[in-house]
Amino acid sequence: MAERFFKKEVQKLYLGEGQEFRGEGILAVTKALLQSGVSYVAGYQGAPISHLMDVLTDANDILRELGVHFEHSASEATAAATLAASVNYPLRGAVTFKSTVGTNVASDALANLASGGVTGGALVIVGEDYGEGSSIMQERSHAFAMKSQMWLLDPRPNLPSIVHAVEQGFALSEATNTPVMLELRVRACHVHGRFIAKDNVRPSFTLKDAMENPVRDASRIVLPPGSFLHEHEKIEKRWPAAQKWIRENRLNERFADGTQDFGIILQGGMYNAVVRALELLGLGNAFGDSRIPLYVLNVTYPLIDDEVRDFCAGKRAVLMIEEGQPDFIEQNLHSILRKADLPTKIHGKDMLVMAGEYTAAVVTKGILKFVESYAPQMIGARELPTVVKPAAKSEMLPVLQSQVQPRPPSFCTGCPERPIFTGLKLAERELGPHHVASDIGCHLFSILPPFNIGAHTMGYGLGWASAAAFKTEDTSRRTISFMGDGGFWHNGLTSGVGNAVFNQSDSVLVIVDNSYTAATGGQDILSSNASNPIRTTKLSIAEAVRGVGVKWIKTITRTYDVAVVRDIFKEALTTKEKGPKVIVAQSECALNEQRRLKPLVKKRIDEGERVVRERFGVDADTCTGDHSCIRLSGCPSLTIQANPDPLRKDPVATVLDSCIGCGVCGEVAHAARLCPSFFRAEVISNPSAWDRIKARFRNAVINLLQRRIERRLARITA
Amino acid sequence: MGISQLSQSDSSGAGVAAARSINIAILAMGGEGGGVLADWIVDLAENSGYLAQTTSVPGVAQRTGSTIYYVELFPEEAARAAGKDPVLALMPVPGEVDVVIASELMEAGRAITRGLVTPDRTTLIASTNRVYSMTEKIAMGDGRADAAAFLKAGGDSARVFIHRDFAAMAEANRSVISATLFGALAGSGTLPFQRQQFESAIERSGIAVASSLKAFAAGFEAATSAEASVVETRGTAVPKPGPDLAALAARINANFPAASHAILLAGIERLADYQDVAHASTYLDRLEPIRALVEQRGKQDSALLSETARYLALWMSYEDAIRVADLKTRRTRFERVQADARVSADQLLRINEFLHPRVEEFADILPTRLGSWLLRTGWASRLVNRLTSKGKVLQTTSLWGFLQLYWLASLRRWRPKTLRFDREQQRIEHWLEQVKDVAQADCTLALEVAECPRLVKGYGDTYVLGSRNFERLMQALPRLRQMDSPTARLRNLREAALADDTGRKLESALAELNLLPGGKP
Repeated sequence: MAERFFKKEVQKLYLGEGQEFRGEGILAVTKALLQSGVSYVAGYQGAPISHLMDVLTDANDILRELGVHFEHSASEATAAATLAASVNYPLRGAVTFKSTVGTNVASDALANLASGGVTGGALVIVGEDYGEGSSIMQERSHAFAMKSQMWLLDPRPNLPSIVHAVEQGFALSEATNTPVMLELRVRACHVHGRFIAKDNVRPSFTLKDAMENPVRDASRIVLPPGSFLHEHEKIEKRWPAAQKWIRENRLNERFADGTQDFGIILQGGMYNAVVRALELLGLGNAFGDSRIPLYVLNVTYPLIDDEVRDFCAGKRAVLMIEEGQPDFIEQNLHSILRKADLPTKIHGKDMLVMAGEYTAAVVTKGILKFVESYAPQMIGARELPTVVKPAAKSEMLPVLQSQVQPRPPSFCTGCPERPIFTGLKLAERELGPHHVASDIGCHLFSILPPFNIGAHTMGYGLGWASAAAFKTEDTSRRTISFMGDGGFWHNGLTSGVGNAVFNQSDSVLVIVDNSYTAATGGQDILSSNASNPIRTTKLSIAEAVRGVGVKWIKTITRTYDVAVVRDIFKEALTTKEKGPKVIVAQSECALNEQRRLKPLVKKRIDEGERVVRERFGVDADTCTGDHSCIRLSGCPSLTIQANPDPLRKDPVATVLDSCIGCGVCGEVAHAARLCPSFFRAEVISNPSAWDRIKARFRNAVINLLQRRIERRLARITA
Repeated sequence: MGISQLSQSDSSGAGVAAARSINIAILAMGGEGGGVLADWIVDLAENSGYLAQTTSVPGVAQRTGSTIYYVELFPEEAARAAGKDPVLALMPVPGEVDVVIASELMEAGRAITRGLVTPDRTTLIASTNRVYSMTEKIAMGDGRADAAAFLKAGGDSARVFIHRDFAAMAEANRSVISATLFGALAGSGTLPFQRQQFESAIERSGIAVASSLKAFAAGFEAATSAEASVVETRGTAVPKPGPDLAALAARINANFPAASHAILLAGIERLADYQDVAHASTYLDRLEPIRALVEQRGKQDSALLSETARYLALWMSYEDAIRVADLKTRRTRFERVQADARVSADQLLRINEFLHPRVEEFADILPTRLGSWLLRTGWASRLVNRLTSKGKVLQTTSLWGFLQLYWLASLRRWRPKTLRFDREQQRIEHWLEQVKDVAQADCTLALEVAECPRLVKGYGDTYVLGSRNFERLMQALPRLRQMDSPTARLRNLREAALADDTGRKLESALAELNLLPGGKP
């Protein structure tokens, strides 16, 4: 069950010719796929395209009605390989994943696909996770398009342009027998906008037609001599075809051409930032009417040489606005103009920045610099926008900056993964520090305070693989690796577990089994506990691990038992038994669990059922404010408050009402022998008659004794 | 005001061509409903003759990370007049933001440091509640950021600055902060829409409409009323001692400087509550010499007296099992839990304590000789440790649980005979000697010495580490006094002791000064 539900939104996918669609970019892409007569869709979730997968999941009925097959691929490689269906048949297919990490995983299949080429349109929708909010290494998908020769679309970030790009992408792919990549930046994926819809199209040639009339063409297979022919075909056939088709169908756009003897070339994705910059500098308005010629590359690979020459001819200079590095496009421009012997000066990274996101601020500064050097009069004496004004010296700012602290995402309230690291921290107090290899997933937050556990992460599912080198008879100290259930099924079962068994590793692996790919928004996987009507779930990770030959397997069925976790770590790190050791740490992702349970609990209470709600608390008067409990937990609900005691200065720990009573606070207080300040409050709704009788009796006695206490205190405090 | 300010752009510039977007940035933490707020604004605008675009970089699914949602609104009629749609930006430009909404005070500070808030243009709506960052939470002492700095910065950098505890306001209305903030946005009058247009956006969303509207109204009032907001501050009410303490209170008023009265009165109350009136009077006796010293030197050193009084009171009321049991059995405590857990009349409450005493805590409350025997005698300690190897969950609201704690608390009158009491008195006397001795020569250094017991905190290992650090400083003191600027050095050492919970930072700091036991002077 995914983190976000689109059940309501997906009804918009039924919109027909001429109706207005309003919604998120991701949803618009889905609609565009249906309007393009796609036959099959596959992908692997990950920001920013997780929502695309979730939309498709919720839209599965609609997809079925149109005869479209949708899969949650096991990995991006699987997704890319799925496109093989378009090699021999006129089937339109699309796959999607996070980039560049997902594209890294997919690149083997993509390279094979691009080599042999396609018959039906093949679209690879990559969510470019670059810049603010990104959770991965900062690289460009552009390089993949270049190395395998796939065409790369980077449409203007508005819904009509994105929808158009999807439709044109399929046509371009078919016209050039080449897979096409559609690059969507994070904000474009989540942008709310509108466009005029078309009717959905049922594919004329169906999966059934293909399966009942199989076709094979050995020349499409990547094996000599085919592979050598493919390379020539790329250069002699597909490349020129693409140049022609893109030019004739005007995929790239020009604005205000001829207005100046200098201009700006930009990636489509940069368009809105550029227009805003021009507006702020008085060189354009809110409607994109520019006073400077713009050449917008909705196709960033390949460049269309004639178009480039045509735009640059007669211009003193052009500014290339290209986000990220290396500056592939800028270099390409140089080569095109050099060959054409055009004197036009090319600026780009020299006036903007080489590395980092091209925010509207960066772009505005760059364009200002460019215009000031080629037409200073256009800027003239006019009032410049704040963003390019030299910052006024403020004495307040440094003070403020010292007070504003980073606030990275972290484990949620009641997260079952947190106690795993608490347990490890406690085990390490006794056994000393160990080398810990991290993986990709929520558990990677262990590298942050308060845990500060984990030395590196080498990619999704590669937690155990990344500790492979640490094997020597010279020490009995073992390494610990982490891996999420998502990473495990994605590739960890072979790359990590299989590898460790085969190479007779003696190290420890913890598989965090929380029933979802939680970090990407809670999608189901093979080991999910949920019954999913369109997927097979409830399969055991421990069984799979045993299946590839691991002997030492321990399963923790409740990670909140910190002492149990600590002791299993101690055992795994000290046992005489040699060989790979796997700890499967199970407990459902609290975020998804709460989403599941909350409504049920409310319903039961409303129906008068006896329900016990648990939450933890801290007694402010026994808490001494050393916060060691927080350093062992880091739960958002366990925080601090001003000390109510006039004698004490340091803030005391406190538990917010958002506490879901997971129990870790108490477990930690016990396991670490912290302090007696923690208590668990049980609130009983609709108590039974017996509950009430007991309570009445107790309270009577307790009242009596409490009154005695108060009599003493009354003489001390007025 | 907001409306006129925004329409200016049309009148000033060359008509339609100069029409510009209304830009709104929402800074929130993941899972806080910033998205809901953004969606409400979009729905509001689209149903009120405006085009709307919103986007965000929510990234991963987890909560608590700071996130920014960005919305741009554009008058539909301007677009119609121009015959084309506007091109709206996907991220805020410093200096070009009309409204910044921050769901928390430090996030407001973040918006300001990012340059999103400017005096010429920005209405800043900030909730003054604090959601403490991990850095603030894990500090061993007080790592909280300076809320006042955020408020001052808000006042300095915004055109209009609306700040209230919108989170508490939402709580009070059993709703979410997005609703109170939406109300404040309406109340700010910055957007060209009427109140009921805002409210119908909430109604259209169809989720928890009633409570959301209530919270919305509260937010609206807050933004329109002039009454100032309150930021979390410590209550410093002067305590009123009861009849048994009348004599001691009189003694304080008569003999001690006024500046120290609040703390001293709190002190005697604490100690009479903790033990008895005699204990409280010992407290004053112990402070007399300091008072005398301070009087010789004149008022400017009253801090020395107050701080010594503070830490002496806390030390003389150290937490032992007896004290914990005493505090946990009080009615006021039951009522506090009742309130925190929001227990309504038709619900029942059970309170379960998590206790895990070690052999040391047992020895603490045994008669001195028996206690030290227990700690000396291996087999006995091991036995107790085995018996207490598992933590205990004790239900204070049950009869049996309450009676156990009540009995434990009743050992109070025997406390002066216990091992820990004995030990602590010696350590207290030693510390006071140091304070007095240093004060003869250097009162500022004495103040530092007086504040050192701040290191001694918590229970179990935490207490052990704190005590060790404290002892280290006291051992280092004589040689420290030979050095230049000993006050600063001692303060640095104390900060080093609070810098990590392993004691390593203090180790190296001492080593640097050659003050580790065995190090040469």
